[in-house]
Amino acid sequence: MRIKILIRLKSQILEPQGKVIEQSLNNLGFNEFNNIRQGKLIELDLPDNLSKEEKEQKIDSACKKLLVNDIIEEYEVLG
Amino acid sequence: MSFKSAVITFPGSNCDRDALCYLQDLTKGVVYNIWHEEASLPQVDLVILPGGFSFGDYLRSGAMASKSKIINDVIKHANDNRYLLGICNGFQILTEIGLLEGALIQNKNLKFLGKNCFIKKKFKNNFNLSIKEDQVLQIPVAHNEGNFYCDNETLKSLKNNEQIAFEYCKGEFSNSEENINGSIEAIAGITNKKKNILGMMPHPERAYSDFHPSQDGKLIIESLIT
Repeated sequence: MRIKILIRLKSQILEPQGKVIEQSLNNLGFNEFNNIRQGKLIELDLPDNLSKEEKEQKIDSACKKLLVNDIIEEYEVLG
Repeated sequence: MSFKSAVITFPGSNCDRDALCYLQDLTKGVVYNIWHEEASLPQVDLVILPGGFSFGDYLRSGAMASKSKIINDVIKHANDNRYLLGICNGFQILTEIGLLEGALIQNKNLKFLGKNCFIKKKFKNNFNLSIKEDQVLQIPVAHNEGNFYCDNETLKSLKNNEQIAFEYCKGEFSNSEENINGSIEAIAGITNKKKNILGMMPHPERAYSDFHPSQDGKLIIESLIT
């Protein structure tokens, strides 16, 4: 099964890339685009025969050990 | 007994050679260069994690390097109360390992900063003993993710335990800034609670020789040796 993990900076952390993207979009006339923040998406394959619990446990463990720095980031597994 | 030290090289390290020369010239002792895939470290007094872009800064700066094989021995070295210095990418690696608190995020103005900057010591530790109170040091920086961040609780504990080693400050150049990269409280370097581990964004190994614009970086090694 294909897994998608969305990682973003916590809301209290300044995300300057989003601010610059917002400025550029505003300059192009997209004035209603506000509060832009950029994150990252990690996609990976896991075997289909894993139970829901095993899957969650493996993803959480990988996120805690490497993929996410919980001082500055949070993550969400997309359905 | 002579002072022994080691520099770890990761794929993408680019200040390892400077760090080796820095240690060789200033300590006059044995300096080992250790590849990140080696399983063990020789017994040394100081280990430097050098600057650069280990593993291409993929995922997050320092994230991959913090899981390298040699890191188990680097942690043991630090747990034995011996000195560990992370410079620039080395500082990022130390926070990713969890040996130092906080994290280094993108510079506030989105610019890669490669220039001379000024720092002064905040709280006394073994790495800054030879530096006087209010002495302004000129040491270059070269980083994109040097903006030190931590939550309020961590900041309070860094202060209570006197773990802030260096902070950015204004210097003799008219265009010098109080806080070059947006770091909380202009923090340029911190130690662990026991103060045998220092992480700093400025590069002392680029400020020691006669051909460097400043020799203030000498003071860090002098502090450890004397």
